[in-house]
Amino acid sequence: MRRALAPAHAFAMETETSTGLNNRKTVFWAFLGSECMFFASLISTYLVYKGRSVSGPYPTEILDIPVTSISTFDLLTSSLSMVLCLAAIERGDIKKFQFWLSCVIVGGLIFLGFQVYEFSHFVHKGLTLSKNLFGSSFFVLTGFHGTHVAVGVLWLISLLVLSLRGNMTKADALDVEIAGLYWHFVDIVWIIIFTVVYLLE
Amino acid sequence: MTTITETLPAAHEPLYRGGVWSWITTVDHKRIGVLYGVTAFLFFLVGGLEALLMRIQLGSPENTFLDPVTYNELFTMHGTTMIFLAIMPLGAAAFNFMVPLQIGARDVAFPRLNAFSYWVFLFGALFLNASFLVKALGSANAVPDAGWFGYANLTSRQYSPGHGIDFWLFGLQILGIASLAAGFNFLVTILNLRAPGMSLMRMPVFTWMTMVVSTLIVLAFPVITVALFLLMFDRFFGTNFYIPAHGGDPILWQHLFWIFGHPEVYILILPAMGIVSEVIPTFSRKPLFGYAVVVYSGILIGVLGYGVWAHHMFSTGMGPIADAVFSVTTMLIAIPTGVKIFNWLATMWGGSIRFTTAMCFAIGFIAMFTMGGISGIMHSSPPADLQQTDTYFVVAHLHYVLFGGSILGLFAGFYYWWPKVTGRLLSERLGKLHFWTTMIAFNLTFFPQHFLGLNGMPRRIYTYSADLNFGFWNLVSTIGALMLGASVLIFMVNAILSLRRGAIAGDNPWDAATLEWSTSSPPPHYNFAVIPRVTSRLPLWDRHHPERMVDRPEDELKVVVAGKTLARTEVPDDDGESGTHHVPHMPNPSKYPVIAALGLTIAPIGVMLKPEHGIPVFLAVTLTGVLIMAYGIYSWALEPLEDH
Repeated sequence: MRRALAPAHAFAMETETSTGLNNRKTVFWAFLGSECMFFASLISTYLVYKGRSVSGPYPTEILDIPVTSISTFDLLTSSLSMVLCLAAIERGDIKKFQFWLSCVIVGGLIFLGFQVYEFSHFVHKGLTLSKNLFGSSFFVLTGFHGTHVAVGVLWLISLLVLSLRGNMTKADALDVEIAGLYWHFVDIVWIIIFTVVYLLE
Repeated sequence: MTTITETLPAAHEPLYRGGVWSWITTVDHKRIGVLYGVTAFLFFLVGGLEALLMRIQLGSPENTFLDPVTYNELFTMHGTTMIFLAIMPLGAAAFNFMVPLQIGARDVAFPRLNAFSYWVFLFGALFLNASFLVKALGSANAVPDAGWFGYANLTSRQYSPGHGIDFWLFGLQILGIASLAAGFNFLVTILNLRAPGMSLMRMPVFTWMTMVVSTLIVLAFPVITVALFLLMFDRFFGTNFYIPAHGGDPILWQHLFWIFGHPEVYILILPAMGIVSEVIPTFSRKPLFGYAVVVYSGILIGVLGYGVWAHHMFSTGMGPIADAVFSVTTMLIAIPTGVKIFNWLATMWGGSIRFTTAMCFAIGFIAMFTMGGISGIMHSSPPADLQQTDTYFVVAHLHYVLFGGSILGLFAGFYYWWPKVTGRLLSERLGKLHFWTTMIAFNLTFFPQHFLGLNGMPRRIYTYSADLNFGFWNLVSTIGALMLGASVLIFMVNAILSLRRGAIAGDNPWDAATLEWSTSSPPPHYNFAVIPRVTSRLPLWDRHHPERMVDRPEDELKVVVAGKTLARTEVPDDDGESGTHHVPHMPNPSKYPVIAALGLTIAPIGVMLKPEHGIPVFLAVTLTGVLIMAYGIYSWALEPLEDH
């Protein structure tokens, strides 16, 4: 083998790497590290301002833990669908892949629907972005999380469209795996946000 | 000893030939490096001009050359420009051009993302400076004027009603995305694209420092992204994050800003430290003393850099415990820094030193950076800091670190790598003139500011009364600044003359040891005809001493490209078969990175128009930007990287 004379077509993009990790997967982990700092800053801001609103409505008057528990359960369940979706494409089972992918998308849309309901309900009860510090920090934190879910849904819909056009095969499992990493990350962040915003006294 | 010669066809086109479109769509890391370097140097001149205007104003007491508003705009834009549009992208230019060459790769991990980084940087820089244009068109308060750190609540709509803060906040947000994209790219490039045999501890120190800087960018920039988003919501959407009247806390801004801002200081200095760690061994003809310790110190500086941010905030009254903790961490960070300084000195000790211009700048870096570091340690003590904060002493300190450190280090890199980038040598005589005028002018400008600061002259004032006796040292400082401007002109003359009629450099004019010097100058667009195999930290020096090589090659393999013999540092595998190889496939040019970057820059303009033109205009413009960006990203994702 002419291993030393690197293959003539060797631009290293999709070939073997020094660490053995795929480039896109490596960069995605770095991106998630960056996202951790992003959400850490937002969550810290929320915590710093917890209990410092000078006027109402206050969190205890307005947060509905049972309702948000349902949407939390829905979002966490969608992570399970994501795992099954990835397993399906890794087996090459495109029908099952499309089914589970659709489940994740629906799960994400249901979560977003709950968030739209919650936001409009809060605005009706007088809590707006500019009402008090709780409103500012609550809407910005959960809004950025919701935006992440929405981006994830668009991403997964793109994969579904590609797949319905017959452009997704077993060889594209990495595309699904990376989208899955993003989806699980967004879910995990929600566990922290739910705990900090809704459950902490 | 037999020599096997392989012939490869000539490259499709010389590296820098081609029209404007070929530059706009390029994904070649070397061309992008040149674009970064030229753009950043132009902004270095802009930032320098802003500084000169301020120095002329301060040259005599009660001067009326500038009005106070313009003065505020100039110091804000000077700081922002020098940090985000000059020093950071000059480092990025060096990363782009040199890191793939140093690790024996053909490009970065994500060539199109690399082009995207550059275009976002350029558009962000133009966006920020468009504020001057808007001011010239007659809009008041259009230029940022709240300092490069933009402290709340000076930046609130109440105290900064014009568009100045908007240009600053969205400009930094755009530039942050450029930095993040580059940070991700170089982190993965260095981790994954190293040539066979190049373990982490065989990487050149410059590559190591690039990896540390990339990590700092990846983890520090999201924090300022959030800080700026909160400011955007305060200014445009009625939130109260930094508004004390509604319970908001302006100190939150300072924390978020400096959690980003202090790692940013190391983002600015570590590339220079990396460059100096390449230059000093080359011109001392000795391997770097304590390579591993230099690398670990660089990593430690990066880690500790996250634990010192509040030393910028001693005067906010954080209390004795926080003051003590941040004081101690700040003192600790001096240890790895000092270790590096001693390693550079020990590298020179007993070496056979050649005082080239690059070496002179590297030695100048050590001396000046050490002075800046020592005044930094003085600030680490809160009682001393309370006397020095917001005085010219701090201005002197930060310029010793950022000019005496970063800029001198970058100049060392300029002189060192210029022959590799252009294929031609710079004039050593003009280079020495540039070096000595820079050193004298720099110290003349900034050393007196230590005295002014300790005598109580505050920062960010547009003038001072004659009876304060600040006039003499300010005049000295102004004369030094004008000389410093002249020294940059000498550098430019040198560069232009070299491009016109500089001596041809050859592959390795300095007899340096790292892989970028094993290929031609400038390199072919695929960098290496064959990927080198690395067996030590100093692959090119090992070739001078084949007896020392562990795996001694039986045959020296050479590769001829376009009539040029390219040296190989690696030992070929057992087979010696020769034959014609094809030119390696390289990624195709792409227009989508620049389209995505354009959309990204249009989106915030809509937000800026919201207060005067209402929500429909805001949504129309912002959504247009978002759609252009989405079109760019989708087309980019679906476009194949290379032909098959």
